[in-house]
Order: sequence, then structure tokens, then C-alpha cells
Amino acid sequence: MSDSEKSATRRGFLAGVAGAAAGAALPANAQNAKNLPPNVADWTKQLGEGVGSKPYGQPSKFEKDAVRRTVPWLTATPESSVSFTPLHALDGIITPNGLCFERHHGGIAEIDPNDYRLMLHGLVDKPLIFTLDDLKRLPRVNRIYFLECAANSGMEWRGAQLNGAQYTHGMVHCVQYTGVPLKLLLEQAGVKPAAKWVMAEGGDAAGMNRSIPLAKALDDCIVAYRMNGEMLRPEQGYPVRLVVPGWEGNVWVKWLRRIKIGDQPWFSREETSKYTDLMENGKARQFTFVMDAKSVITSPSPQAPLKQKGFNVISGLAWSGRGKIKRVDVSLDGGRNWRTARIDGPVYDKACVRFYADFEWTGEELLLQSRAMDESGYVQPTKDALRKIRGVNSIYHNNGIQTWALKASGELENVEVG
Amino acid sequence: MLRWVKLACVALLAVATPALAQKKDAPRQYGVGQVATPEQVAGWDIDVRADGQGAPPGKGSAKEGEKVYMERCASCHGEFGESAGRWPQLAQGKGTLASNDPVKTVGSYFAHLSTVFDYIRRAMPFGDAQSLSNDELYAVTAYVLSLNDIVDDNFVLSKETWTKVKMPNAGGFYDDDREMTEKAFWNANPCMSNCRPAVKITGHAQAVDVTPDDKGKGRGVE
Repeated sequence: MSDSEKSATRRGFLAGVAGAAAGAALPANAQNAKNLPPNVADWTKQLGEGVGSKPYGQPSKFEKDAVRRTVPWLTATPESSVSFTPLHALDGIITPNGLCFERHHGGIAEIDPNDYRLMLHGLVDKPLIFTLDDLKRLPRVNRIYFLECAANSGMEWRGAQLNGAQYTHGMVHCVQYTGVPLKLLLEQAGVKPAAKWVMAEGGDAAGMNRSIPLAKALDDCIVAYRMNGEMLRPEQGYPVRLVVPGWEGNVWVKWLRRIKIGDQPWFSREETSKYTDLMENGKARQFTFVMDAKSVITSPSPQAPLKQKGFNVISGLAWSGRGKIKRVDVSLDGGRNWRTARIDGPVYDKACVRFYADFEWTGEELLLQSRAMDESGYVQPTKDALRKIRGVNSIYHNNGIQTWALKASGELENVEVG
Repeated sequence: MLRWVKLACVALLAVATPALAQKKDAPRQYGVGQVATPEQVAGWDIDVRADGQGAPPGKGSAKEGEKVYMERCASCHGEFGESAGRWPQLAQGKGTLASNDPVKTVGSYFAHLSTVFDYIRRAMPFGDAQSLSNDELYAVTAYVLSLNDIVDDNFVLSKETWTKVKMPNAGGFYDDDREMTEKAFWNANPCMSNCRPAVKITGHAQAVDVTPDDKGKGRGVE
């Protein structure tokens, strides 16, 4: 394939995902004049579908772009793979349940809620088993948290690779969880004084197990069964998952079947062979649980090009595992000059926030960046600053500043700057 | 019935405990959930710790493990642990961790024997988890160790020989030190203007050209 052919393909892709409005920068989408004023549109004259035609509602058929996507070359098999949240197609802070990215290691377990059991044992006075009904009877809390896979942006350590916020940053989502504080369950079993760690284990075919310090378990972890009001989706751990606010997604064990209390970590495969951060000198950091402050401009971005010159709004997401997002700055010149963005909507602890920056686009080429700061004073670093400390082999915890190059055509590209 | 009596006793005890003996009020007992029996726990309690705690009875030699490995593992992991396709590589890779192309295997990267044993026990063979007998589990683990020259073919792995296994990269890990080594990222007043010299584009995702498009197979996964 020649370069010009490749570029034609990409243009086709971009035109295909572009929205509804006509634009100066990109070709107009197909419109039907008979629906436009002064004509009266079809839907104004005819009755629509009746109520109850869809017992569980679905998005408009015109919103085909807002779907999870995969990168097939990343993994050997779909049962142990990942799909990405379409960040470019979303706004606000809450991710719709059906669009939350997926990461499974042994496929999506199908658990009959009647046969669901949670076992709690180890260094406790009284080992316990809870049914789903048991968990639902107990006092519950509602909390909005982001969940980010430690490998989010992991393909970008050696330079710009994937062209779209969905692929570079789409292993994050943010929903409201309903569930029982893990502390309350531990109190029912009675934790022995020697206890220091807990192990959470999944009931899926991967039996995912991770060690979590007891202090975190007693702090803000939730044994959750609902997301955004409804029961967890199967791919998010139905009927029960662990919520570990601010920490890497891998410890948020899905299809939670067992919690064991011990006095030392387990060094399971997922906390040694994987989810450890290999540094340049060949040594690796372990138990790097916290997700550092991070942000990304979701629109415009490679999958959401600009369609019009003139007034436009930059929209993005920011989050931090160290607390609340305090501020987000935006740059149009690749990080030389910054201005503070407007955060709109609620700002919760360890949750996504939505930021906006208005700008007038005259058609010039720009290098768009965003930079998040959290209440701990942490400032999202550049990718080069991260590489200077960590090298390029660590796979996980890449929270470096993302650059989108805006071209005169309105298209955007994931680029590396130096 | 017995359970309720027991719970009532616990509740009475909680009331009877002097407030001074505890810094906080005793946590409320809701009387929800059943006590797990030893048999129930035994059926699910499969984790094995680095020190071998939790290792089941049984044993197996590397030689015995070769047969299990060839039948159950080699189609994905390769006959010598070299990996078939994109499945995890299990052997070789020694001395690569500080290179540009680190190869993380049981021999080159794993710090603990329990890591490989516990993982095989819970998740392997892929698609037929928890189907190996304890003896097969010990044998196939021993074989994977032998592929990495950590033990010889005659080595018999069991609870008793557990601590004899020395993993080459045992000292290769340290706890999260970001708050120390990356202290510079905490900054109350980040630069707002003229923060760097003119910016140059040094890399293009489109030049790499590995982003899936919507025309290929298996893109939308819903």
C-alpha cells in the first residue's frame, strides 16, 4: 500500500466517524433536503415506535461510532484480551455501562446469581460465606470512581503508536458503584491482629488473584454489585466485583469469589510476572498500585476531528488515584504555553472530571495537550520526563502528557514531541 | 438455630466488653452470612504463598512433567517454552531485562516459585482450569523450571523440596518508590508560559500505521 493510499483509507475512516454537521474543514455528511426547513421532516408527520418496543433501551441507530473497539494484534485470544472505551464519543464524567472497557484473562464468567458465593477466610475469627442476597441486605454505599487499567497508554512508551484517544487512553471508565464497604464484611468475620494483607480472587476461569494491603481494604474498598444503578454487567464482574478506588484496575477483581486475610502478600502471577514496572536497569517496581494523575483531550482527537473553523470547545477527561483533581491546564502549542481549563460537573475523590477549553480555530496547525494536577500537588509529567526516570520497558503506569497534532484539514494525529 | 445462639452470645460479649478496652465501639454484627465450614473452605482455598504455605500434598519430577507439558501446554507455550504465536513465553530470556527487548519468563523474571505454581494451579491449562492433579501440577511446574535450567531433569518438586528451588531473578523487584524517585512531579506552581523551546514533532502514529480501522473484522465487540 502506498502512502497516498494509506492516507486515503484514513480519510475514509475519519469521514465515516465524523458527526452530522456540515463543515468547512471536512466534507459534509450526507443530508436529506426533504427533512430540512422549509420542508417538514418525515418524523414530524409520522408516528414513531410505541412504548415498550424495547424493554431495555439502546442508543440511537445513528450512534454507531460509540462502541468499544479492540486492537486484535495486541493479544493471542479474545478470552484474554482488552476492548477500549470510546472516549472520543463521550462527554461528562460517567461512562455508560455498555461502553466501559473490558479486560478479561479467562473470558466473561456467566454466574447464576443464585449460585453466587463470596468466601471470606484466613486470619479471621469466623470464616464466612455470603450469598448475593446477603450482600444486598447489608448497609450499602454509592461512590463514583474511575477505574484505569495499569496498562492504559502502555503501547505508547516508545513513541506515538495508536491513532485515537480510544486506543491510547480508552482503558479507563468512571461509574457509580453500589455495594458494601469491604471493612464492614471484614468486621463480620473479625480480622485477627496479625493480619496485614488481603487476597482477592475471581471466580472466572483465570481465577485472578491479587494482594491488597489490609489498610486499603479497611479504608475505602467496596464489594460492589451495582454500576450506575443497575446490576454489574457480566463483563464488569457480575454479580460482584471489588472496587479499589484510585488503584490499578487489575486489583479490582471481578466475579469476586474469595477474600483471604493473611500476614504477607501472595506474589501472584498478576503482581510479579505482570503489573510490575521494569525499569531501565533491569530491576522492577512491584505493588505500584496508585494510578497517578492523568488527562487526555477526548475531542477534538484523531477519531473526533474538527469540522468547522471558528469557535470550538476542547473537551477532555482527567483523573487521579491520589485524590481529587484540582486543576487541568491546556496547551495549543505542544506545552510551551498553558492556560487553565474550566472544569464542569462534579469533582469527586478518585473520579473522572470533565474539563473544557474554548478556542477560536483559524485553520492553523496546533499541538494540543492537557496537563492534570491533583490535590496532592502532583502534576502530570511529560512522556519524556517519565522516560528519563523509568526508561521505556515498564509497560504500565504511563500517565505522560498526550499530544494531538491538529492539521489544517481538521484531522488530528497522535504525535510525539521533543 | 445454633448459629443464632452463637451470634446472640457474640452480641452479649460485645455489650459486656468495657468501653475502655477498645478504642472504638465494637463493630456492629449484622448476623448476615453463614459460617464457612472447613470442607467449604478447603474446596476453594487454592492459593499458594511464596513460602510454600498452601502447597497441596503430592509430588512430581521434571521428567514426569515433560509428558504433561507436551500434552497440555506445548501447543501454546512451545515445546521448549519458547511460545507459539503470541502466547506467553516460559523459558529463556536470561540477561535481557535491561536490554531494549526484555523477555520476561519464569526463568528470567519470576521472583518466586509460588508464582508459577499458583498460577498453573488456578488458571492452566487455558480453557481447562483446575483440571490437573496435584502430582501433575508439581511435575509440570518442575518441568517448566527445568526448561529454565533452574532444576535438573531428576528433580522432584513437592512441599518438602519447595525451598530448594532458587529463582534466578529473586532479587529483581523492589516496592513502589515513586513518591521518592519521582518527587519532582509534585509541584505547586507548574510553568504556564514560555516553558520550553520551540516544539518539534518527533514521531507520528500514522507512520507506525498499526491502528485498526472500522472495516476490519472483530473491531466492534458488542
